[in-house]
Amino acid sequence: MTLTSIEPSVAALWEALEARMAQGGRFAGLFAAREDAAVTLSALVAVPTGIDVLEAALPPGAAGYPSLTPRIGAAFWYERVIYDQVGVVPEGHPRLAPLIRPGDPEDHALPRHVAGYGLFTIPHGPVRSGVFESMEYLVETPGEAIPHLNMRIFYKHRGIAARFAGMTAADGVLLAERAEGIASVAHALAFCHAVEAIAGCEIPREAALLRVVHAELERIANHLDVAMRLADAAGLAVATARFALHKERVLRLVSRLCGSRFGRGVVVPGGVSAFPDEPPADLLPALGKLERQVIADAEMLMGTSSFLDRLRGTGPLLPDRAREHGALGPIGKASGYADDARLERPYDAYPLLDAGPAAEHAAGDAMARLRVRFEEVAQAFRLLKQALSDFPERTRLTPRAPCQPADGRAVGWAEAPQGEVLYDVTIDAGRIARCQPRSASFHNLVLMHEVFAGDILTDFPFIEASFGLSVAGAAL
Amino acid sequence: MSIWVLRGLRDGVVTTRWPNRPDEYADSWRGPVTVRPDAPGAAEAELERLCPTGAIEAIDRLRVDQGRCILCGRCVAARPDLFTWSAGATGPTAAAVARQALVVPEAPETDEAVAAARAALAGRTAALRRSVHIRHVDAGSDGSEEWEIQALLGPVYDVHRLGVFFTASPRHADVLLVTGAGTIGMTESLRTTYEGMPDPKVVIAVGTDAVSGGLLADRLTGVAGLVPVDVWVPGSPPSPFGILKALLIATGKLADGRKPADTRKGAPR
Repeated sequence: MTLTSIEPSVAALWEALEARMAQGGRFAGLFAAREDAAVTLSALVAVPTGIDVLEAALPPGAAGYPSLTPRIGAAFWYERVIYDQVGVVPEGHPRLAPLIRPGDPEDHALPRHVAGYGLFTIPHGPVRSGVFESMEYLVETPGEAIPHLNMRIFYKHRGIAARFAGMTAADGVLLAERAEGIASVAHALAFCHAVEAIAGCEIPREAALLRVVHAELERIANHLDVAMRLADAAGLAVATARFALHKERVLRLVSRLCGSRFGRGVVVPGGVSAFPDEPPADLLPALGKLERQVIADAEMLMGTSSFLDRLRGTGPLLPDRAREHGALGPIGKASGYADDARLERPYDAYPLLDAGPAAEHAAGDAMARLRVRFEEVAQAFRLLKQALSDFPERTRLTPRAPCQPADGRAVGWAEAPQGEVLYDVTIDAGRIARCQPRSASFHNLVLMHEVFAGDILTDFPFIEASFGLSVAGAAL
Repeated sequence: MSIWVLRGLRDGVVTTRWPNRPDEYADSWRGPVTVRPDAPGAAEAELERLCPTGAIEAIDRLRVDQGRCILCGRCVAARPDLFTWSAGATGPTAAAVARQALVVPEAPETDEAVAAARAALAGRTAALRRSVHIRHVDAGSDGSEEWEIQALLGPVYDVHRLGVFFTASPRHADVLLVTGAGTIGMTESLRTTYEGMPDPKVVIAVGTDAVSGGLLADRLTGVAGLVPVDVWVPGSPPSPFGILKALLIATGKLADGRKPADTRKGAPR
């Protein structure tokens, strides 16, 4: 459920936001919208009942507003995006430079953060060695240590948020699936949850089960991808191949269910597009075999000391920082801060299933992040087995309920493999007036600035892989 | 360490034999939408509204531009009498050497365009037939194409068996794999990567976004305006088999799918 409260001024908005956070709310995003000359700021706060929206309008013609970042550090990137997209200046922002707008090269010029004898900057990207998404890391280093890191993500900014305007809800799902392609299902779910909340429709139970099946398969594939990249970074050729093989098997299971290896086209407003031709329970033997193999290889990887040596203590995110920032998904969970939307604000069939507690570790290093991922894989297999055995007879399956959103606004959420995904959707006369996606990748990537304490250049691939984020989802 | 070696033997050979042998998974793959052969010749104009990316064209007769198809399946669900999925990740339209060849059924002038494109490509790729090195550039993809390209390096597709390798430096690359709709931010990096490659070079546009911009086509229209594309791979994302096929076409190891190709070892090209 989404509660919207309108504040009289930006200062009052920040007061209200801090009051919510003092009561245990989590800062979940800050966005701005411009309608003609009127600019409105919306802050999202995650509370146990849902995601609340706090809003305030800027005075007409205002070119700026007092920045939130000095008070709530997690707003750092959000305010840079507001500056890029709407053009209002957050006054007092510590480093106001374009984040997602390409602009002129000099707009992106960076003052050297650390100074000293022998320090230089390694520009790494946007075209990087290997098959990676485009982004640029600027590593300031005296040779081995990494005292400071900068990131440029504007290279692949596609203007997804703006593209939603004017689309129907049915078309909007297709775009949401492509906002962050490796978390297609989670994005489609978050978008559809918002649309369904506006339309006030209840999805059929079996559709909710199929949604969980696809969401959990997506989670397994993503976590296996991270395990593969970590093994690759350590040069473990067989382990890399094993996890690549398991990931391929998961993608093939997904395509067996729906024809797409990324679960695209399954989630639609009101339910799912169709059910698989074969009874879902037929998947159980293949799934059971896969589970045994994945868990055996995961155990062996976590017993390979030369591998663990590279992860232990690498890229630590302190628990206090994770809590303060509201770190999402496995990154938060590995630093003792678990806010899993499936458990805290359950949706679809999750309330019917027994997921058990969220995986949680306190160490905050790359090893803890991998442990969390493997625990989530085991949890996903448990959920899958429950969901797949719970389907009614094929003849009694209803794919979707009528869902015709007319007017309204709602925030939808879903737990992607990377963490919580949010969609703030406004529908006007049956079409999307505004849609603001917020991926976990965007919220979490900024934390990479802070995790290089004591780490050296060769730790870089481990830290990057252990974050497991998507640049597409961050730059949108 | 040695225990990993034993683990690696556990599942035997998992690598596909394609293209030398058929592959069940590739053949069962659901490709972009096509027009049913038994669909009536005359087209209804309102069919165009079925498609969110404008891939359906119904001016004189019904055609689908597979380079725009994002495989959402809305047209197949609404009009199963007219539209169907094309079959097989390695089928005739999995990859094409001319943009027009992705429009099905073919427009009359397609044949000459394809013949010209094929001849031009063959002239350049004669030197690349034994082994090639690939540079991949993401020009604004959604991230899924990278997964499918990465899969080519895994044990199932394992492109090393075909003499295909990925390289870090454009200076060592023969083939440029481009994904994404062609964002403004990547224009310069894509151009310098292309210019940094030695001749002869081949460019493959991987995925519907790279071919036409897909859902973003109102502002981003694919990578053809940024680099000269030689081989077009539709799909959102394309399957690894489709990308593999494009690589083989690009390097002259496989004829493009418009005529049945003889893929046996040593077969005349």
